[in-house]
Amino acid sequence: MKLFKALFSIAATLVLIWALQTKFGDIPPIGDFLNPVSGFWQNAESKNLKSDENLHLEGLQGKVTIRFDEHRIPHIFAENDHDLYYAQGYLTARDRLWQMDIQTRSAAGRLSEIVGPKALDIDRYHRRMGMTYGAENTLKGMMKDPLMKTVIEAYTEGVNSYLHHLSKRDYPIEFKLLGYSPEEWKPINCAYLLKLMSETLAGGSDQFAMTNNLKRFGAKDVNDLFPDYPFHEDPIIPVGTKWDFKPLPVPRPSKDFIALMTDTIKPKERVAGIGSNNWAIAGSKSASGYPILANDPHLNLTFPSIWYQLQMTSPTVNVYGVSLPGAPCIVIGYNQKISWGVTNVDADILDWYQVKFKDNKKNEYWYNNKWNKTSKRVEVINVLGQKPVYDTVIYTHHGPVVYDNVSQKPKEGHQNIPVGDALRWIAHDESDEFMTFYLLNRGKNYDDYRKALTYFTAPAQNFIFASNDKDIAITPNGKMPLKYKDQGKFIMDGGDPANDWQGWIPYDENPTVKNPPRGFVSSANQSSTDQTYPYYINWRFELYDRGKRINDKLTVMQNATIDSMRLMQMDTYSMRAHDVLPAMLQYLDTSKLQPDQLKVFQIVKKWDKHFAANSVGASIFNTWWLKFYDMVWDEFKNEKVLLNVPSFDRTEKLLLTEPNSKWFDLKGTATKETCSDIVLQAFVTATDELLKSLGEPGKKWEWGNVKDTHINHLANLPGFGTGHFYTGGTGAVINALRGGNGPSWRMVVQMGPQVTGYGVFPGGESGNPGSFYYEDMFNTWRDGKLNELLFLQSADEKSSRIKSTLTLNK
Amino acid sequence: MLLLIILILSFISSYFLPWWMAAAIAFLAALFIGKTSGKAFWSGFVAIFVLWIILVLIKSIPNDNILASRVIQLFPLPHQWILLLLITALIGGLVGGMAALSGVLTRKAFSK
Repeated sequence: MKLFKALFSIAATLVLIWALQTKFGDIPPIGDFLNPVSGFWQNAESKNLKSDENLHLEGLQGKVTIRFDEHRIPHIFAENDHDLYYAQGYLTARDRLWQMDIQTRSAAGRLSEIVGPKALDIDRYHRRMGMTYGAENTLKGMMKDPLMKTVIEAYTEGVNSYLHHLSKRDYPIEFKLLGYSPEEWKPINCAYLLKLMSETLAGGSDQFAMTNNLKRFGAKDVNDLFPDYPFHEDPIIPVGTKWDFKPLPVPRPSKDFIALMTDTIKPKERVAGIGSNNWAIAGSKSASGYPILANDPHLNLTFPSIWYQLQMTSPTVNVYGVSLPGAPCIVIGYNQKISWGVTNVDADILDWYQVKFKDNKKNEYWYNNKWNKTSKRVEVINVLGQKPVYDTVIYTHHGPVVYDNVSQKPKEGHQNIPVGDALRWIAHDESDEFMTFYLLNRGKNYDDYRKALTYFTAPAQNFIFASNDKDIAITPNGKMPLKYKDQGKFIMDGGDPANDWQGWIPYDENPTVKNPPRGFVSSANQSSTDQTYPYYINWRFELYDRGKRINDKLTVMQNATIDSMRLMQMDTYSMRAHDVLPAMLQYLDTSKLQPDQLKVFQIVKKWDKHFAANSVGASIFNTWWLKFYDMVWDEFKNEKVLLNVPSFDRTEKLLLTEPNSKWFDLKGTATKETCSDIVLQAFVTATDELLKSLGEPGKKWEWGNVKDTHINHLANLPGFGTGHFYTGGTGAVINALRGGNGPSWRMVVQMGPQVTGYGVFPGGESGNPGSFYYEDMFNTWRDGKLNELLFLQSADEKSSRIKSTLTLNK
Repeated sequence: MLLLIILILSFISSYFLPWWMAAAIAFLAALFIGKTSGKAFWSGFVAIFVLWIILVLIKSIPNDNILASRVIQLFPLPHQWILLLLITALIGGLVGGMAALSGVLTRKAFSK
């Protein structure tokens, strides 16, 4: 009996300990997670950090001194380039290890390994889009270049050096929550980060939807509603800029394309609002007489922060700026001679081709009037708690057939991907993008800038530039396919060689402008050029609103300072309201409004067109406009197939110039509606909705309260993000902050004998939610302020802002 | 006595051994000097309960409890970080208590 009691008690204890170390579904091993010996409590960082630290690390060739400022931003001083990139890898891993792991893991289609079958669809999507295939090709390109090989390998060594000395109790908290361990960093992970950028900035497509549009409405309506050049535009390269080259012959459209466009045959999504701003003014417009450059790339904002800020110094370079965790070099920044930044071009570098297979075996496909062999790539996806999944992807010479039958396509999401079509995507090509940044980091003048750009493949960016030689320039740049006009606007016939990409626009014929007479250059993702540019880049770009506002402001700007640029980055004036509100007010028949609706009308009528946080008018206009837009294009709603709805720009043209257009007529009504009917109906619906949900106009109606702005943790963990915060801005204004998307880094650089940079990103240097540096820069960012960036000239330079030093020795 | 021995040995082991070593220590300590079942259980329970509170506070106080205040939001509980401390300590206490109880019962099983 006694023995039984003892055994029972021991067994119960063991079961208890076992249960505390086991993951049940999504619940982490509770004992492992909570115990203070090695669980999450160990991640609670003390506010009293050691001021000086000395470490001996294998693989270093010399001594590296790292100074940390008050935001714990590292300033690296290395004796050689190997140690510089080693240290960058080491420090980034120390601050952002989990972010590096999860981002590359996601791009590589390996999430199922850690979270099980629920991530299978997303993993298969990444594999089938050819992310792995593309990363392998990019790795080849990088490793061919001896210089890049050294850089990537040194960075990798640095990350792994940190990893090798990391004990379990010091794993980032997310590893403890998800119950897995970090793994060795590999050079291909750096390539995966580039693929992830291509996916975010140039991985969407609306060709499937556009093709459906064509079938549903016919060529005449589609050409009218989806024009190749917008109604409102103010292109990046100033109108009238001359092209000083003799262009290559433009390929001729394929036969099926012509047939498609003339309606003789009946043929069988992209994220809007991804954008960024950059601009540079010439010395003639600045108070100091030297150029000023500003850049704020807009991305989906997350914690840990998207960017990692640092200064990197060796005998060959002294550069300050932001890097991507997991990739060497500074992506956006400045040195003593030049500064540069990027925004997305939105070039059409992703196309779909309809494939005709010989039979169900899909070993052969029709191309160039004969059967050609397909190749097959087997993707092995390891799944937590299950057998690995083997997924065979068929490749034609174009690229992968992403979904070769309907059953492969997940029931939810990825609706914009056509079935049975091959994907040609620039992200599949061999490339060496880091070389661009390596060269820019060391750039001294305009020629260095131009040279650096020739190494950049994808995703195409508007590279802006300013130098101490008082040059300013901008270049929509990347490897851009040579195409016939509108090639890839719709899904193409993959059998016709005329539909293939016919070569590339030469790098020195990418649109560019240096020191234009107007005294500034800028971009905000709008059309790269006016209609005289001889090559086709895309049929649609982002709306002109931000670009127009920037150009209007810069045109009249004189004696500009850092602060003028900062205020511009926070500007919330709406060009859309500027363009359409007077007409909407005019069309609105106020005699048909109820008293409470009239009150709302009075507010929006007096509104100053700024999407400020405390603006009630902004909330009214925004709701009104969206209702109007939905009502105008009701023909595109509730269709069984995916359709592309005409742009805001086209809607503005309809409102301003075609008040009797057939599109104003609502489908379900017997009467024939015109523009003024829809303006009224939209106003009444919008007002009633606001009154019902928010009560009488007041505090609740303020734009900062109506708009849900937040920053989430990468894994959407509650409590690890910011929650809702009160702020101004919206999609089509310079301060393009809405939902969880907005300026991920704001930078302003004053060139001159003493270059001074200002910048801030939402969040902090540390990726650890238990660190005081996890979001210490958030408030500064939210309030529209910038930090002066500490740009040290030597490791010994004295500054009261240096708080601690880390010395790395071999 | 038993309580103190478990507490001190577990405290030392916490710096280089896994957390469940506390259970092994409680078991062995109770095996050798444990008296009654009830006393052993509560000695083990209180020792680890107190030890874990100390270990948590060593980490969390210099942290101004910012991490705990975030982590508690992952649980379907009121957003008071102190609850996280209590849950942690209770789990530790339970493991310590059960292990010590097992220790003393094992000795009884083999003694005349």
